Amino acid sequence: MLYVAGPRLLPVVLFLTLPLILSPYWQRVMISLAVFAMLAISWDMLAQSGMISLGQALFFGMGAYLSGIFNHIWGFHPFISIPLATVFGGLICTLILLPVLRLRGIYFSMFTLILPLMLVRTIEATKIFGGTEGLSGMSPLPSGWLELYLIIVATLIVLFGFRRLMASDYGLVLKGIRDNDRSVTNAGINIYRFKAQALFLSSAVGAFAGAYMTHVYMFVGMPVFALDYSIMPIASAVVGGVGSFAGAVLGAVILVPLSEVLRGLGGLRIVLYGLFLVIFIVAIPEGIFHYIQRKYQQVERWVDVDR
Amino acid sequence: MSIGSIIEIQKLTKVFGGVIAVSELDCTIRRGELLGIIGPNGSGKTTLVNLMTGFIKPTSGKILYNGQNISRMPAHRIIQLGIARTFQMVRPFYQLPAYKNMIIPLYSPRVKKMLGGRYGDRDAVALDLLEEVGFERDAYVAYKPAGALPQGYLKRLELAKAIALQPELIILDELFSGLSLAEVASIVPIIEKLRQRGKTIVMIEHRLKELFRIADRVMVLNFGCNIAMGTAKDVMANEEVKNAYLGSER
Amino acid sequence: MFIGTLVYAIVNSFTLILLAIGFNLTFGISGVANFAYGALYIMSAYLSWMLMNLMGLPFFPSAILSILATTLFGALMYRLVLLRVRGQALSEVIATFGIGLSILELFRYLGFVGFEYTLPVFFDHSFIIAGTYIDMQRILIVGLGLLLVVSLWLFTHHTATGLAFRGIAQDERTALTFGIDSDWIATLSVSLGAGLAAIAATIIIPLGSISPSEGYDVLIKALAVCIIGGLGSTGGVIAAGFIIGFAERFTDTYFGSHWTMIVSLIAILIVLVIKPSGLFGQQKELEERI
Repeated sequence: MLYVAGPRLLPVVLFLTLPLILSPYWQRVMISLAVFAMLAISWDMLAQSGMISLGQALFFGMGAYLSGIFNHIWGFHPFISIPLATVFGGLICTLILLPVLRLRGIYFSMFTLILPLMLVRTIEATKIFGGTEGLSGMSPLPSGWLELYLIIVATLIVLFGFRRLMASDYGLVLKGIRDNDRSVTNAGINIYRFKAQALFLSSAVGAFAGAYMTHVYMFVGMPVFALDYSIMPIASAVVGGVGSFAGAVLGAVILVPLSEVLRGLGGLRIVLYGLFLVIFIVAIPEGIFHYIQRKYQQVERWVDVDR
Repeated sequence: MSIGSIIEIQKLTKVFGGVIAVSELDCTIRRGELLGIIGPNGSGKTTLVNLMTGFIKPTSGKILYNGQNISRMPAHRIIQLGIARTFQMVRPFYQLPAYKNMIIPLYSPRVKKMLGGRYGDRDAVALDLLEEVGFERDAYVAYKPAGALPQGYLKRLELAKAIALQPELIILDELFSGLSLAEVASIVPIIEKLRQRGKTIVMIEHRLKELFRIADRVMVLNFGCNIAMGTAKDVMANEEVKNAYLGSER
Repeated sequence: MFIGTLVYAIVNSFTLILLAIGFNLTFGISGVANFAYGALYIMSAYLSWMLMNLMGLPFFPSAILSILATTLFGALMYRLVLLRVRGQALSEVIATFGIGLSILELFRYLGFVGFEYTLPVFFDHSFIIAGTYIDMQRILIVGLGLLLVVSLWLFTHHTATGLAFRGIAQDERTALTFGIDSDWIATLSVSLGAGLAAIAATIIIPLGSISPSEGYDVLIKALAVCIIGGLGSTGGVIAAGFIIGFAERFTDTYFGSHWTMIVSLIAILIVLVIKPSGLFGQQKELEERI
């Protein structure tokens, strides 16, 4: 029992207790970690359904701006603006990406790549929603501890929730769409509807992350569509192990603190990410988590046998 | 559209760039019959099936299913209406156990509709269906990963996936290809049972001897045209059919 | 004003075509969307700059060397990295993306940002055409664009290698049975695409300056043109280049420059809704696609 439950309980316990002993600076890093972990999980979910997104920043930024707008212009309390931003962020992103779902996967990837970049240019040029200065003076969350624990718990819920989902028959259909969509269509299933659903779930999670951060920083501006928010999730998933949500989280756990430590290197950081990505995808494509999982399952242990 | 016909195809044409794959094809499929579709390679048999099931759209012409025009419907809608097909190139989900391969068809809205709104326990239904097509339950064959199964079982799996949808019309694209005589002989009773349940079956085949034993009527295609339709005996006596297969002196 | 806008629209269109043509070639043939494309464009510009300003070479040799070096880099990129992940879409995209990212951010980190980083124009001369003032460089862009498009067309339709390129794109297996070496052709196409990016950079960069952010912009523009035109279709690149080029210029003149990006975005959305595979895209029917 412990053999099975152990690996699942360990990270939960760690995540919940670690904040108590960390300095405020590192607590901020934990929030960042949770956000990137969420983005990585949502990225992985899309990848398992056959859609490779190069623009998680789109979902993140959409949620961030929506929550900012709800809070700043209509004065909604964060507890209302965040959920609203999550749902509407998901809806808007899904609607925008609907046309490309019918095409080959590469169109989806390209479209998700250019959308955040285009949105940034648009905001910059038309100066809407605060333009280059962004919107500031957002309402913060009630307390520092709540701020920290709410996102950690949310990440854990998303992690285990998505795991459950993808392990169920519904998830099987999604993975089937990735492997052989002709076969799934042949079963009378509308693959585009399923893809749209997966897209909605993933983008809603991304939007939640963005909306949350708007209230943590009390600011939203063009940087929410930055390339960083698109690349980190992919790097985390690749390093940690594509195809497993735990791997995505593991990747984030490794890369986010690492990037903090390397902050002194400035721009060189991203250069290293890029190289990291390439090396990992070519040399260790299965990712660290799968490697560990394999080894863990190869451990010999005593098992009671009923005589 | 007469009551006895389940499919009516009128002047169906499909052109791919410069190639006319199906040309002004007319044909009627009677309810409850077993129709064989034969013809030399490249005569448009699989294209015809793809047109009927909505995987490709016709250039012109109509396909009526129970009186309804399905020519431009998307594939998943047509299958939800009650047509099922197998593919010539069998590609299951190799890492999944055989019975898990059945989950996806069992997830179809069609199954939900036929079972009156509830899905039931898909794993159990899958195992039952597989047993029907010959996956021996005691030998736990259904639990083997699809990648480990020999061709005979893969074909049965493909058949089971079609049966799972509880269709009215089943189209089998070269089901017998790659099977030994014994394997064919063991699959035929399964097809017969389907017929007894009232299903209409269309079989595209190259193995004529085995097909003629069970088919009611046969349609011959050549270069996308319907050149002959009737009982196996009549069709094989047809000069044009002989020329199509064997060539003529010129 | 109309004539002026028209003339600049034509220039803009050819600029876009030049930008997109390398990307389109690589994708249409080796099937790899080279997300390092923008980085290669910028890299070749920086290489020319370094050769000129750090080693004192005159412009033309620097440009030629830089184009060759970039082409070689493309070949290396394929051989060392892409070859190992050929066929897995996710890995190809991530790998090329990672390489592009590293290159651009490396230049940014090393401080290659500023107005002094630019390349000289070929001939510092200007003309008056139809009442509009236009400089030689821009005319060269149109000229080079035409030249490249025509040469590529001739290459892919009338030379053995070019036909091999198209063969691999249409059906790799059959091409292999004809003795066409798929890996060699793919290497050629990636390096050719890189070389074309370098050529485009040599002639377009003089209009502005080199900056790492340009790299992402170039990638966006090339992607936009290829999405609208249809991946893999040269005719599509031309048509899309003109559509976007004209749309951008006319929007700029009559509505203001901040609307140009939105126009491109709307253009993409409209095309995708009406004809998802692009204007001249040869999106195969469902069963063939899979």
